[in-house]
Amino acid sequence: MLELQHIFFQVEDSKGELGILNDVSFTLEENRFLVITGPNGGGKSTLARIIMGIEKPTGGKILYNGQDITDLSVTERARLGIGYAFQQPPRFKGLTVRRLLSLAHGSDLPEDECCAYLTNVGLCSQEYLNREVDASLSGGEVKRIEIASLMARELGVAIFDEPEAGIDLWSFAMLVESFKMLCRGRHKSVILISHQERIMQLADEIIVVADGKIRSQGSKEEIFPELLGEFSQSCGFRGKEAAAQ
Amino acid sequence: MMDELLSGLLKSIADMDDIPTVGAYNIRRDGEGMVRRSTETVEITPKTDKPGIDIRVSPYAKADKVHIPVVITKPGVNDLVYNDFFIGEGAEVEIVAGCGIHNSGCETSEHDGIHRFFIGKNAKLRYVEKHYGEGDGTGGRILNPTTIVEMGENSVCEMEMVQIRGVDSTKRETTAKLEKGAKLTVVERLMTHGDQVAHSNMEVRLDGEGASAQIISRSVAKDNSEQVFYPRAVGNAPCHAHVQCDSIIMDGAHIRSIPEIAANHCDAQIVHEAAIGRINNDQLIKLCTLGLSEAEAEAIIIEGFLK
Repeated sequence: MLELQHIFFQVEDSKGELGILNDVSFTLEENRFLVITGPNGGGKSTLARIIMGIEKPTGGKILYNGQDITDLSVTERARLGIGYAFQQPPRFKGLTVRRLLSLAHGSDLPEDECCAYLTNVGLCSQEYLNREVDASLSGGEVKRIEIASLMARELGVAIFDEPEAGIDLWSFAMLVESFKMLCRGRHKSVILISHQERIMQLADEIIVVADGKIRSQGSKEEIFPELLGEFSQSCGFRGKEAAAQ
Repeated sequence: MMDELLSGLLKSIADMDDIPTVGAYNIRRDGEGMVRRSTETVEITPKTDKPGIDIRVSPYAKADKVHIPVVITKPGVNDLVYNDFFIGEGAEVEIVAGCGIHNSGCETSEHDGIHRFFIGKNAKLRYVEKHYGEGDGTGGRILNPTTIVEMGENSVCEMEMVQIRGVDSTKRETTAKLEKGAKLTVVERLMTHGDQVAHSNMEVRLDGEGASAQIISRSVAKDNSEQVFYPRAVGNAPCHAHVQCDSIIMDGAHIRSIPEIAANHCDAQIVHEAAIGRINNDQLIKLCTLGLSEAEAEAIIIEGFLK
C-alpha cells in the first residue's frame, strides 16, 4: 500500500516561490490500477518522480507498506519494489536491449523471456535483442523498451509516465492489451499517467491533477463521465490519436 | 609451458588461454621472442638488423587468426620493436596484437612498438591491439605505440586500439595513407585513472578517389588523469571521412580533444564531431530505478561506453 500525505513541491524562480504540488494526499491500496490524468503542466509527472524519489518533496510524507520512505534514495525505493518508466527514457551507448532487460529483472534473462517482453510491447524481438539502446533507435522504440523494462520486474508499485507518448495508434491498441494482461499479473499496483481514454478505461480509480492539486478522485465509474463531459466541451485532454478515432 | 603471470597477461591483452592450436603466432616476453609458429599462408620471421618481426600473409589467403602479443613481466625492461606486416593482394586476415606489462618493481618498464602495415590491393585486415598494465610496484608502465598504415586500392582495414587500465603513460602516433577505394575504420577506446597521461595523435590521408575513413575515439578519464586527442583527416581526392571523439570526464581529470579536418579537393567530404561531458544524470537515475547503486550504475554506463 502506498500512501501520500500532504505532499508539497515548491521551487523558486525569479518571480519567487512556485508551487508545483500543493498538498496532495492519496492512498493506493494493493492490486489497484490507478490512472492519474489532467492538463499538461498540472504536476502529474512531478508527482510520479516524487514517488520514485527522483525529486524530494518540500513537505509531506510518503509511506510504502507502512514504512516512511520520504528520505529513501531512488535505489532504496527500487529495492523495496517501486518502479518507474520514464516519459522520455535516456539512451545508453553500448548497452544492449537484452542487458537492460536483464538489469531490470535483476538477473540474466533467458532469450525467450526477453523476447516475450519485447513482443508484448509490439517489437519484433529477434531484431532488437542485441541492439544498443542508443540514438539509433526511434523515440517510439526506446519508449516501448522502457515499458518492457518495467514489465520484466516484479514490483509492488509500477509507475508509467505517459506510456502512450510517441507510440503510433496501431501499436497503441496492442499496448493497451499488454497493460491489461501483464500489469495485473506481475505488479501488485499500477500507477499510470495518461491522457488517453482507452487507458483510463483500464483503471480502477482515476485521480485528476490540475494546478498542483487533486481536483477530483474516485472510481472510474464516478470520474469518467465527468471527464467525458469535459472532452465534449474542449479537446484539451484528448491526445491526437484519441481525437482521430 | 606458461606460468600464471604470463597466462594472466595473455588473457587480458589477447584473450588467449594458452598457445593457440591453430594459426600463426609470435609471443615476445621481456624483450625476446619466446615462441613462434608460421603457417602455410602466414610467415613470421625475425628481423636480422633490429629487434622485431616481419609478418607476411600470402596473396588471396584466407588465413586463420594471427596472435602476436608482447608481455613484460620484469621491472626495468625497455623494449623497442619494429614489426612490419605485409598483407598480400586479396588476402583476408585478423591479427591480434597487444602488450601487457606486469611491474612489481620500482624501475620503469617500457614497450615501444613501431608497427608498419602494407596492405595489398583488395586485401582485408582486422587488427586488434590491447594495452594493459598491472603490478603493485612503483615503477612506471609506459607504452608508446607508433602505427603506420599504407592501404592499397580497394583494401579494407579495421583497427581497434584499446587501453583499458594500468598504463601510466602512453603516446600514440598513428598515420594512414589511403589509395583509391580504400576503406579504413579506426576505433580507439581508452580509460585513464590515477595520474595517468595519454596522448593520441593520428593523421589519415585520403589520397585516392572513393577512399573513406571513419575514426572513432571513445574515452573515460577518471581521478587526476589527462588525455589529449588530436586526430586529423586530410582529403586529397573525392573521398569521405568522419572523425568522432566522445569522452566522459570524471573527478579531477583533464581532457583535450582537437579533431582537425582538411580538404584539398572540392569533392572531399569530411566531418568531425567532438564531445566531452560527465555521465548523463538521467542515465544514472534510470539505472538506480532498477535497483542499482550509483557506483554500480556508473560502472555499467562506462563499460557500455567503452565497449
